[in-house]
Amino acid sequence: MSRDFGAGEFWYLILAVRWTVLLSLVAFLGGAILGLAIAVMRAGTIAPLRWVTAGFIQLFQGTPVLMQLFLVYYGITVVFGLRLDPWPAVTLAFTCYAAAFLGEIWRGCIQSIPAGQWDAARALGLGWGVTMAKIVLPQALRISIPATVGFLVQLVKGTSVAAIIGFVELTRAGQLIVNVTFQPMTVYPIIALLYFAICWPLSLLSRRLEKRLDTGRQTALAGM
Amino acid sequence: MKYVFQFGPVLENLPRLLLGAWLTVKLSAGAMLFGTAIAVVCAFLQNAKHRAVRFFVRAYVEFTRNTPFLIQLFIIYFSLPALGQQLGIRLRLDAWEAALIGMSLNLGAYATEIVRGGIDSVARGQIEAGAALGLRRFQIFRLIVLRQAIKVAFPALASQFVLLMLGSSIISAISVEELTGMTNTLQSTTFRSFEFYFAATCFYLVMAFGFRAVLGAIYWLGFVRGRPAEGDR
Repeated sequence: MSRDFGAGEFWYLILAVRWTVLLSLVAFLGGAILGLAIAVMRAGTIAPLRWVTAGFIQLFQGTPVLMQLFLVYYGITVVFGLRLDPWPAVTLAFTCYAAAFLGEIWRGCIQSIPAGQWDAARALGLGWGVTMAKIVLPQALRISIPATVGFLVQLVKGTSVAAIIGFVELTRAGQLIVNVTFQPMTVYPIIALLYFAICWPLSLLSRRLEKRLDTGRQTALAGM
Repeated sequence: MKYVFQFGPVLENLPRLLLGAWLTVKLSAGAMLFGTAIAVVCAFLQNAKHRAVRFFVRAYVEFTRNTPFLIQLFIIYFSLPALGQQLGIRLRLDAWEAALIGMSLNLGAYATEIVRGGIDSVARGQIEAGAALGLRRFQIFRLIVLRQAIKVAFPALASQFVLLMLGSSIISAISVEELTGMTNTLQSTTFRSFEFYFAATCFYLVMAFGFRAVLGAIYWLGFVRGRPAEGDR
C-alpha cells in the first residue's frame, strides 16, 4: 500500500535541503582553505610544489566526482578496515573536489595580477610572502568572486551525486519519498525546483558581480 | 592496514571494463552532436523576434544549468513515464535512451551560453555587410556568423565536452552499463571494490586526455590548417 504525497512528505523534502546546504558549506569551506594553499603553491616559485598541486588539480578535474566518492568511500574501508557511515567519505571527497576547482580558479586570478606589482614590491624590499599576502591575494580574490560564486552553484548541484552512495541529502530524500509514494511525477520536479531555488539566485548574483567587476575595471582603465 | 590489494579480478574483467568505456565514449559522442545542435538552434532563437520564444529558450537554459544532472535524469527516466501513464501515452524510454536525451539536453544548455558568447564576438559590421548584400537573417547566421562563432567558442566547448564525458558516470544511477555502471556490477560480484574503482578512475583520466587530444585535432583540422593566420587578413 503506498502513501500519498502530502504535507508531511513535502516537509521531509524541505528538511532534507539542510543536508544539501550543510554538505555544500562544509565542502566549500574546507575546499577554500585547501584551495587557497593550492593556488598559492601553483603560482609560487617552488617547482616540486607546483608539480604536485598541478597533479592534484589534473586528477580531480580529470575524473568524475562519482568516482572520487567511490574511491574515498572504499579507500577509507581499505585503510581502516571497517565500513564507516558516508559522512566522512562524502565531506572529504567533496572538499578535495572543491579544493581542486577553487585552486584552479584562484591560481588564474593570482596570475592575472600584473607582474609589475611584483617588481614594485621587490623594489620596496618586500619578500615573496608579504607581497603575496598583502598585495597580490587581496586583489586576486576580489576578481575571483564571480567565478567562486559560480563554482558554488556547481558544488551544490554536485552534492546530489552523494545520493548514489546512500548519503541522505535532498536527492536521496526524494528517492526515498518516491519509494513510498510511487509518485515520481510529483516528487522529482519538486526536488528540481528546490535545487533551482538555491542555485538560481547564486547564478544571478555571480552574473551581476561579474558585470559590476567588468564596469569597475573599464572605468578604472578609462581613468588612466 | 591489513588490506591486501588484488588486481587479478580487474585484469580478468578488463574486456568488460573496456566495453563499458566504449559505451561511455559512444553516448558522450552522441550527446556532443545533439547537444551542439540544440545549442546552435537555441543561440539562434535567443535573438528571435517573438518574446515567447526567447523566454522559452532562457527558461530551458536557466532551469538546466541550475538543477543537478542526476535529477534531470530522474525526471526523464522516472517522471515522464508516470506522466505518460496518466495521459495514456507511452513515454517509457530505455535507460540508454533516457541517458542520451538527458546528456544532450544538459550539454545543450551549457553550450547555448558558450555559442552565444561566440556569436556576440562576431563584429556587428559583418552582419550589417551581410544585410547590405541582401542576405536573409538565417543566411547571415549560417554563412557569416556561425563559423566564426564556433571557432571562438570551440576551446570552451571542448572543455564542456570533457565535463560531459566525466559527468556521464552519473547515468549509472539509472542502470546504464557504461564504465561506472559496469564497474559497479563487477565490484559487487568480486568484492574488490577499491581496485575496480581505482581502475575505472584511471580509465576516465585516460579518456579525458584522449577527448582533449581528439578535440584539439578537430580544432586544428577545422579552423587552423590551410587558413591564413589572423594577421594576414
